[in-house]
Amino acid sequence: MEVQEELKHSQLLSMLASGKREDGRDMLTYRSISLQRNPLQNAEGSAVCHLGRTQVLAGVKIDLATPFPDRPEEGVLSTGAEFSPLGSHLFEPGPPRVEAIELARVVDRGIRSANMIDLSSLKVEGVTKVKAVYVDLWIMDHDGNLFDAAMLAAVAALANTRMPKMEGEKLVRGEYEGNLPISCLPVSCTFGMAGNTYLLDPTLDEEKGLDGRFTLATTPDFVCAAQKTGWKGVTQKDIMEFVDISFKKGAELRRLIQQ
Amino acid sequence: MMTGASKSKPPLLREDGKRLDGRAFDELRPLSIEARVLNDAAGSALVIWGKNKILAGVFGPRECIPRHDESPYRAVIRCRYNMAPFCSLEEHGRSGPSRRSQELSKVISEAFENVVIAESYPKSAIDVFIDVLQSDGGTRCAAVTAAAVALADAGIPMKDMVSAVAVGKVEGHLALDLSKEEDNWGDSDNPVAFASRNGEVLLYQMDGQLTREELDQAMTMGMAASKKVHAIQTAALRRVYERGGEVSVPLYLTPGEIRQ
Repeated sequence: MEVQEELKHSQLLSMLASGKREDGRDMLTYRSISLQRNPLQNAEGSAVCHLGRTQVLAGVKIDLATPFPDRPEEGVLSTGAEFSPLGSHLFEPGPPRVEAIELARVVDRGIRSANMIDLSSLKVEGVTKVKAVYVDLWIMDHDGNLFDAAMLAAVAALANTRMPKMEGEKLVRGEYEGNLPISCLPVSCTFGMAGNTYLLDPTLDEEKGLDGRFTLATTPDFVCAAQKTGWKGVTQKDIMEFVDISFKKGAELRRLIQQ
Repeated sequence: MMTGASKSKPPLLREDGKRLDGRAFDELRPLSIEARVLNDAAGSALVIWGKNKILAGVFGPRECIPRHDESPYRAVIRCRYNMAPFCSLEEHGRSGPSRRSQELSKVISEAFENVVIAESYPKSAIDVFIDVLQSDGGTRCAAVTAAAVALADAGIPMKDMVSAVAVGKVEGHLALDLSKEEDNWGDSDNPVAFASRNGEVLLYQMDGQLTREELDQAMTMGMAASKKVHAIQTAALRRVYERGGEVSVPLYLTPGEIRQ
């Protein structure tokens, strides 16, 4: 595998030096994006994000749960990711590997820090239980930039999540009262770094040749989560450029979710 | 709709004698199949059957890892049935294989050992991954049906197609393709997978109680229904070559929307 990465790296660098990408995109253009909203009926919310050949499904379940001892008045948000082995020849069955854990945690941070869900509104009055929001990211096809595709799928699913009806202290399955209240739509932009240049929305083939990646999640007003991956160092100047581009591209991504 | 609160058996037939969803006893739920819905997998299929939504992806023949699983005589066929934690209307599920899903993975793998021409690929593995994205009773039959289409789509040589359907007993009547309520509260459930040409039974499980005559009749009903499933499977495979264009998982489809 190391030989392949070495070759991909030099190929990528020579492409970038001539200002081109393998699929003909310019450096700061996303592949085509489409969202399916609520394609599932048993989940309280769901969405599929198609980003080029990458396909990510997000499913949201609402349950009752015991709150965390230090946050007895707040609901629970829990995010998981499954790199389903049908999604790529690179994925194997078994417990989540570190890449899946990282993906789930980055998406969780984006949603949580943006205060997209008001967790205090998930307290159930009169009982010790709270409502729990479980977001599961299901990677059905991996062709790179899972972070942005997963973030779009998760946020689109949460924005279309119905709340099960409450009857006394129980949830009534299959009957709903209103939607999960949300305050904003966080979105993420991932930059691939190679040599002294960078590109937006790397494909899997590009990822193999990259020195590192930088993901920024934003709301219209704030940067709300970030993750630097890979060995490549970045300067403050780079980061500020990523921030500026993320706010601009973020507005476009948010419009896709709102459509 | 079953709620978490109801513990006693609900009525399974309507006043007009039909089943709760209006079906006759020998009627399947709406079924649609789309083949080649994934980019990276060698073959794939989405089966939407009633409210079940099952995705299957095939890889291989490829190197068998771990090596101690391999055979010098044939490819090993490894099917993995897995339920997504959001697949049920009830509470959020646990991830990872349950005892039930491990058992189903085993019998599904064995069903395909019969039809895949595995002798052509010694020391290799053919992996079939099946994800239940939405469950509504009858997931193992939908899983076998999806896996068979995905294997064919991957170009894996097979002696025969495999088509599965459940036959059960509801309020004293034999009934095809049990819904979730009928499966939970009915008198018997018999998931059966047939090799479509020679009619051999490749997967069979059973619970509940049936007389000798009822079991015989259930098999006859299942065999007839599996031919309908088979026709939809082959139509899906044919459509791959007529369709072209971009590949995506059309999870939003409801049966009937698919071009037949």
